[in-house]
Amino acid sequence: MERARRPPPAPPSAAAEQAARASYGRLLALVSARTRDIAAAEDALAEAFAAALAQWGEQGVPANPEGWLLTVARRAAGHQSARAATASRVGDVLALLAEEREDVSASPFGDERLALLFVCAHPAIDPDAQAPLMLQTVLGLDAARIAAAFLVSGATMGQRLVRAKRKIRDAGIAFVVPDVEEAPQRLAAVLSAIYAAYGTAWDDTLGADARLAGLRGEALFLARLTAELMPEQAEAMGLLSLICHCEARQPARRGADGAFVPLHAQDPQMWSRELVLEAEGALRRAAELGAPGRFQTEAAIQSLHAHQRMTGERFTAPLARLYDVLAGFAPTTGVMVARAVAHAENGAWAAALGQLRAMEGTASYQPWWAALARVSWLAGDAQGAADAAARAAGLSADPAIRAFLLGGGYRLQAGG
Amino acid sequence: MQYVLLYHETAEERAKGHDPEAAGAYWGGWMAYMGAMSQAGVMQGGNGLDGPETATTLRIENGTRHVVDGPFADTKEAFGGYAVIEVPDLDTALEWAARAPCAVAGSVEIRPVMPPPPVG
Repeated sequence: MERARRPPPAPPSAAAEQAARASYGRLLALVSARTRDIAAAEDALAEAFAAALAQWGEQGVPANPEGWLLTVARRAAGHQSARAATASRVGDVLALLAEEREDVSASPFGDERLALLFVCAHPAIDPDAQAPLMLQTVLGLDAARIAAAFLVSGATMGQRLVRAKRKIRDAGIAFVVPDVEEAPQRLAAVLSAIYAAYGTAWDDTLGADARLAGLRGEALFLARLTAELMPEQAEAMGLLSLICHCEARQPARRGADGAFVPLHAQDPQMWSRELVLEAEGALRRAAELGAPGRFQTEAAIQSLHAHQRMTGERFTAPLARLYDVLAGFAPTTGVMVARAVAHAENGAWAAALGQLRAMEGTASYQPWWAALARVSWLAGDAQGAADAAARAAGLSADPAIRAFLLGGGYRLQAGG
Repeated sequence: MQYVLLYHETAEERAKGHDPEAAGAYWGGWMAYMGAMSQAGVMQGGNGLDGPETATTLRIENGTRHVVDGPFADTKEAFGGYAVIEVPDLDTALEWAARAPCAVAGSVEIRPVMPPPPVG
């Protein structure tokens, strides 16, 4: 049996690293739920990891590394607050230490990470800091990578995160999932952060970065958790559907030679059947709730793409319409570019060219040039397509996508 | 701000430029990258260099010239070229550095251009 075979014991540093990668967010959520101070919880967790590196080498890796880390981190957090406490707060600290003995799995939310997500989405927190804060605390991403994902400098992001954590501590924001009335607004921020986390990992088409592959799993986990705990929220279902559709295609995005394979050339047999079914189920449940939104529309688009590939039928007209709907919900540069391509695929390439040319600030925006290449190609302008594809290739940091744009269908025939 | 991007390549990556099988993709990638930089208006100048096997190094010690065949330091990645770019900040410079074909088969060093020394 595959399950019964145990892996050889990992060296202590590898075991600590594994625990850090797999459970950082969960551990931080559990510790900070007691302390209500994310920065202090991070310090306590750092102490626990340092202790693990020192002790596991001498005494061996404990049977339950995560439980060990949690106990040590909570003790460290207890010491910190005991040091900081005034006489009147000693009672709180004692209560806190008593709570440590509670069973970890007895949380009413199933997972403390969801409560931590909602804390980060509290209206008292600077909106610009909400999503980055979730990525850092719940998923354990470092500030530099978050800064890259949100297109600001590392220093700016670092300050933003520190300010937000101070605010949570000083304002005494409760570590609970909010009431039903208050939930939808904060849910939107939670969903955006999960979406951003998945998007960051998705861009790594080569799957070269193991941490990003882990991030995809974390984002999927959080999307499932949010949908499970808030089954009446159509957008939570929509996001789950969207992420499942994208994740289902992951095995088909690279050819045997490692080359990037675009959706229209993928083999649907390589898609994960379970994830496609999960995606379709979530989208159906969302539709029954009768509250359309951005993520449901994106999921519907991905669903149509999947059906198109599986049945061979073309759904270009409904796809173009769905992109119009999506542009109404979220008129971002990325959506407007994708909408133009959808219209071109539906035969309206002149209108699509007009839409693309009407956009501003796209001189160094890679997707715009890739879209121009596709639309020019559909319009029969081979030279224009090749030029735009070369520009898009020059703007891409991904060798697989660069090779596709330069060597793919856009290359002019010799002498052409 | 002005930055210089210093491109370093591994020997295997550099060899692609002379391999009939790989040369098209290799030079195509660099042409597209340099083209995108100049069309975006950030490119101030730059050059690709012949291989490290063509290098000659000179130093003067106690008035004697020492001329050696080969680069200053023989390393796994060899310096292969540079570009001078004008961009608002380091983050933008990093973005352009990440797009260089050698970013995944070597490295790119980013250095701010030193401002002129104060006069007087």
